[in-house]
Amino acid sequence: MTGKTVFEEKNGRVENVRRWLLSTAPHSRRQARLGRAYLAWRRFAENRLAVIGLSVIVLLVAVAALAPALAPYPPNTPDLTQRLAPPGPDHWLGTDELGRDIFSRIIHGSRLTLYVVVLVAIIAAPAGLAIGTVAGYTGGWVDTALMRITDIFLAFPKLILALAFVSALGPGIENAIIAIAVTAWPPYARIARAETITIRRSDFIRAARLMGAGPFRLIWSHVMPLCLPSLIVRVTLDMAGIILTAAGLGFLGLGAQPPLPEWGAMISSGRKFMLDQWWVAAMPGVAIFFVSLGFNLLGDGLRDVLDPKAEAR
Amino acid sequence: MGAATRDPDQGRRFLRYGRRTAALAGSVALTFLGLLFVTFLIGRVVPIDPVLAAVGDRAPAEVYERVRVELGLHLPLYQQFLIYLGKVVRGDLGHSVLTANPVTTDILRVFPATLELATAATLFGILLGIPMGVLAAVHQGRWPDQMLRVIGLFGYSIPVFWLGLMGLLLFYGRLDWAPGPGRLDVFYEGLLETRTGVILIDSALAGEWDIFRNALAHIALPALILGYFSLAYISRMTRSFMLEQLNQEYITTARVKGVSEGAVIWRHALGNVRIPLVTVIALSYGNLLEGSVLTETVFAWPGLGFYLTQSLLSADMNAVLGGTIVVGAVFIGINLLSDFLYRIMDPRAR
Repeated sequence: MTGKTVFEEKNGRVENVRRWLLSTAPHSRRQARLGRAYLAWRRFAENRLAVIGLSVIVLLVAVAALAPALAPYPPNTPDLTQRLAPPGPDHWLGTDELGRDIFSRIIHGSRLTLYVVVLVAIIAAPAGLAIGTVAGYTGGWVDTALMRITDIFLAFPKLILALAFVSALGPGIENAIIAIAVTAWPPYARIARAETITIRRSDFIRAARLMGAGPFRLIWSHVMPLCLPSLIVRVTLDMAGIILTAAGLGFLGLGAQPPLPEWGAMISSGRKFMLDQWWVAAMPGVAIFFVSLGFNLLGDGLRDVLDPKAEAR
Repeated sequence: MGAATRDPDQGRRFLRYGRRTAALAGSVALTFLGLLFVTFLIGRVVPIDPVLAAVGDRAPAEVYERVRVELGLHLPLYQQFLIYLGKVVRGDLGHSVLTANPVTTDILRVFPATLELATAATLFGILLGIPMGVLAAVHQGRWPDQMLRVIGLFGYSIPVFWLGLMGLLLFYGRLDWAPGPGRLDVFYEGLLETRTGVILIDSALAGEWDIFRNALAHIALPALILGYFSLAYISRMTRSFMLEQLNQEYITTARVKGVSEGAVIWRHALGNVRIPLVTVIALSYGNLLEGSVLTETVFAWPGLGFYLTQSLLSADMNAVLGGTIVVGAVFIGINLLSDFLYRIMDPRAR
């Protein structure tokens, strides 16, 4: 009998999909694209640390999405009978000075962390990309002027500039995001410009121009997509720094305001009780550390996959 | 023919050198101007009305108007900026509301503490970071390399203020190895005549070794914690520079000639890494000035960072902007210095 087991049949199907993906003569654009994505994923998955980093980030997103379901207690409801309780079966990570469960607050705080990171990336990365590609493609005095401005912002120490902005705008999480975004875009502009300059004289750009593409179309659909890989790597690597800066602003009392369960602000409030009730300040720091580490590992892995030119430092 | 062509060549080179120096000076001046412009703008968007802050909200309209004119707020924005520029260049950063001193005086008083801390931290980073980077490069992929990777990853992932707090908790609260926050025990405070403001130097100059030891004990923990971040950066960069050098042919040549492995690594390769390392060290020093804002807050270290955060919390804008300008200027200065050192040390960059 020729009867294959279910297992073999499934294996065979997987093998077919794999062969279809790895085909050197793809029949359609979609096949070619999917095949390339599959190869990139394989290269990424070889790097165990990068996969760990990705898992941490996926976990962060999942926790943030399911926060109300996962947290055993409400994040902001004080319970003074449980004030400063040490870690135990009732409160896994202890409680803070108002008797709020620290574990629940950390879970809800993941939303704030994600909020900051995503918003800063959405504001700063496109701004940097636009400035860099326009400067690199146009050249001349536009380039000089834009890069001068970029250099001025690069010359600032980031945290200090963010501090000055927040002090002017007033404390709060939105203002902290604006301040961080204002200090975060210059490196992206530099990267995008460098990439643009290397491709602007390529034949395919000339060909597109000969066919009548205007500068806007050239930058938007021919230059920008090629700048994306190195930009994504850089943004991912910067995420950890953004989280640390946001937490630092929170710690100084300039970021998210109480009673928001922002991790940096939680550390700040735990500082007063640190010598006796160490868990109040210690636990949120561990959360910050894990998430930053996740982004760093992911960024390192992405760099190896997307940006093989860059030397692994 | 040789002598005839060399002269104009030299002239051209001199001209090129001069032009490059002028361009550099121009870009530094422009950057500084940009720094001042941004701080000026930040000062203007503050929702606090400076006139109201000076006269109080019950002052009659004509007093309000007079003070407004006195403060120059009736002028167009560009004139205000020029006045502001003139003041800053003359070293006038306004008065601090919190301490009632000129901001410049305050900053001069607190800056040596920051300098002391950042220097101690950088020294720690250099002394440990460079050998570790070299070892990691030599044993690429083996355990020293892996260890360095972990140190680097931690350095980029741990919040400095949290590490400081945990350090205090462990070494001060539990083990009692470190003295508490601050630069000196209360007992020693005010005993020392201020010369440079750097307590370690002042006490050594005065021969007050008790104070010196106490100051050293106080600086150890914050400097170690701040220095850890500098260590992470310096060692990582040393490793990548060394790897680059060790793959070059002159290294093979030296080995073939029978130069000992130690000399190849520490003299030949490290010797060539020295120049790019200067830039890295300068950058890390600049970053420490920034890191000191949070570290000083944690350790109640009375430096510029502590001053800045105290002023921030009481919305003392002159002090905040003055501090920002000083840190920014030092940052620019350090970058310039590293550029300059690079040119002096590397004959190819001349």
